[in-house]
Amino acid sequence: MEIVMAFVIGFLFMAATYLMLSRSLLRIIIGTGLLSHGAHLLILTMGGLGGEAPPVLADGVEASQFADPLPQALILTAIVISFGVTAFILVLAYRAYQSLETDNTTLMKGSDDDAQ
Amino acid sequence: MHNNLLLLPIIIPFFTAMVLLFARKNVMYQRTVTMIGLIAAIVSAFYMLNIVYVDGPQTVTFGSWPAPFGITMISDMMSILLVVTTLVLTFFIVWYSFSAIGIEREKFYYYPGIMFILTGINGAFTTGDIFNLFVFFEVFLMSSYLLIVLGGEKQQLQGSIYYLVINIISSALFVITVAFLYSVVGTLSMADIALKVAALEQPAILTVIAVLFLVVFGLKAAIFPLFFWLPKAYKSAPAPILALFGALLTKVGVYAIIRTYTLIFVHDQSFTHEMLMILSILTIIFGCIGALAYFDVTLIIIYNIVIAVGVILFGVSQMNSAGLEGAMYYLVHDMLIKAALFMLGGILIAITGTANLRKMGGLMKRYPLFGWTFLIAAFSLAGIPPLSGFIGKLLIVESGFEANNPWMSIVILLSSLVVLLSVIRIFIYAFWGEEQQTTTSISQATYTQQFTPVLLLVAVTVAYGVGAELVAPYMSAAGEALLNPSIYIDAVMGGE
Repeated sequence: MEIVMAFVIGFLFMAATYLMLSRSLLRIIIGTGLLSHGAHLLILTMGGLGGEAPPVLADGVEASQFADPLPQALILTAIVISFGVTAFILVLAYRAYQSLETDNTTLMKGSDDDAQ
Repeated sequence: MHNNLLLLPIIIPFFTAMVLLFARKNVMYQRTVTMIGLIAAIVSAFYMLNIVYVDGPQTVTFGSWPAPFGITMISDMMSILLVVTTLVLTFFIVWYSFSAIGIEREKFYYYPGIMFILTGINGAFTTGDIFNLFVFFEVFLMSSYLLIVLGGEKQQLQGSIYYLVINIISSALFVITVAFLYSVVGTLSMADIALKVAALEQPAILTVIAVLFLVVFGLKAAIFPLFFWLPKAYKSAPAPILALFGALLTKVGVYAIIRTYTLIFVHDQSFTHEMLMILSILTIIFGCIGALAYFDVTLIIIYNIVIAVGVILFGVSQMNSAGLEGAMYYLVHDMLIKAALFMLGGILIAITGTANLRKMGGLMKRYPLFGWTFLIAAFSLAGIPPLSGFIGKLLIVESGFEANNPWMSIVILLSSLVVLLSVIRIFIYAFWGEEQQTTTSISQATYTQQFTPVLLLVAVTVAYGVGAELVAPYMSAAGEALLNPSIYIDAVMGGE
C-alpha cells in the first residue's frame, strides 16, 4: 500500500512542479495546491499505514495494531494552513490581475527594473 | 511556577492583536494599545531572561503530558535573548511607524499584523517541537503576507506574489521534511529527536534529512543558492515593514538552522557542518557582490542582510565555543543594527524622495546629526571596535582559526571591508558633495518624529557594543548551551 501511495505522491509532485514552472499565475496557484496535497499525503504515509484499531486502550488489542494518531493530527493542521494560504493567494492574484491587467508573471516583471 | 511565564512574550502580543482588531479606524487607540502591549511583553521578556539566567532553561509541556508526548515550550538562553531583542527592536520600529507608515495603512490592520508577526516569531524561538515550529512559521508568514501586500501598490503586488509563492513552496518542503523525519525517528519533540538520532548514530538517511532542513530554513534565512527571492520581494515594501522583515524574518530561519544543527544533527559534522561552512562563505561572497553592485540604498542594505547571515552561519558551522558565542553576539547585533539601518535608509529616502544614490548629495549641511548617526550605524555594521559588530565578528573569526579554517576567516575579514565600503558609499553619496535639488522633502517636524526612535535604537546598539562586558555572561551561557545539547535535552526530558 505504501508503495502505491509513494507513486501517487510522486505524481502529485510532478504535476505540481510542471504547473509551477508555467507563466500563468492561476496555474502556479493550482501547482502550489497540488504540492501541498502531495505533502499531506506524504505525512499520512510516513506514519505507516498499518494499524486498524482506534488509538484507544481496549482489551485484546496489541500495541502494534493501533493506528498512529499523530500523522492525522499533523495532516489536519497542515490542511487548514494550506487552505488559508491558498485562499489568500487567490485573492491576491485576482487583485494583481485587476491592477496589473495581466496574469502572466513575465509581463508583471516588466516595470521591475525601472528604478535602476 | 515561574515556568508558565515563558509564554507571556507569545501570549501578550497575541491578545494585543485581538484587542486591536476592534476599532481599526481609531488611530490613537491603535497606537496606544500597541505600545502598551509591547511594553508589557518587553517587561515580561526581561523578567524571563533573568529567571533563565539564574535558574537555567525553563520548560512548559502543554496539558501536563509527559515530555516527549506533549508539545514543549522551552526558554533557554538563546531563545529568550532572541525574544528580548525581537521585542525591543519592534518597539522602536512601531514608534518609527507612527510618522512613517502613513495613516491609511494604520487604519487597515497594520498594528494587528505586527502583533501577530511577533506572536509567530516569539513562538518559533520558544517552541521545542518541530511541527509546532512549522505552525509558528506559518503564523508569522501569514501576518507577513498581510504586511507585505498592505497598501496594494503595483510594485508591491509583484513583490508580494513572488514572496508568497516562494514561501508556500518552502512551507510544503518543511512539511515533507518533517514527515521524513517522523518516519525515521517516530517523534516530534526536538529533545527526543536529538536522543533518538544519537541512539541511531545518524545514519545516512538522517544526514539527507539534515540537508533538506538546511534547504527549508535556508530559503527563509536567504543563504547562498536560495537568497535570490530576497531583494525582489523586499524591495517594494515601505521602510518600517522592510525594517521589521529585514531584522526579523531571515533571523528566524537562521535560528532554526542553528537549533537543528547544534541540537539534532551533530553526529556527521564532517559532512553537514562542512557543507554549512562552504555555503556560508559563498553566501558572504555573493552578498558582497550584490552590496557593491547597486546604487539603490534599499538594495545595498538588503544585500547586507545576506552577508550577515553568512557570517553568523560560519560561526555556527565551526561548532566550537568561540564560534557559537560569536554567532549569538552577532545575531543579536545584526537584528538591532539592520532595523536601525533600514529605518535610516527610510528617512534618507523620505528626505530626498529617491532611493538612487546618484541623485542624492550634501545632506550633511542640513542634517548633521542624521549624518553622524548614519556613520556610527555604518561603522557598527562593519564591526569597527568598540561598536557592537566587533566582538561577534572577532569571536567568529577566531573560531575559524581555532578550527583550522584560516582562509575562511580571512574571507570574513575581507568581507568586513566590503561591508564598510558599501555603506560608506551611501554616506559619501548622500551626505557629502553638493546639495542636490530635492523633490519631495519632508517637513522638519516629521523628520524629528521619525529620527528620534532611530537615534535611540542606534544608541542601544552602541550600548550593546560598549557594554559588551555586561552582556558577556548571557552570551557565553547561550553559547555553552548550544555547544552542549544535553543541557537542552535534560531541561525538556528531565522536567516534571
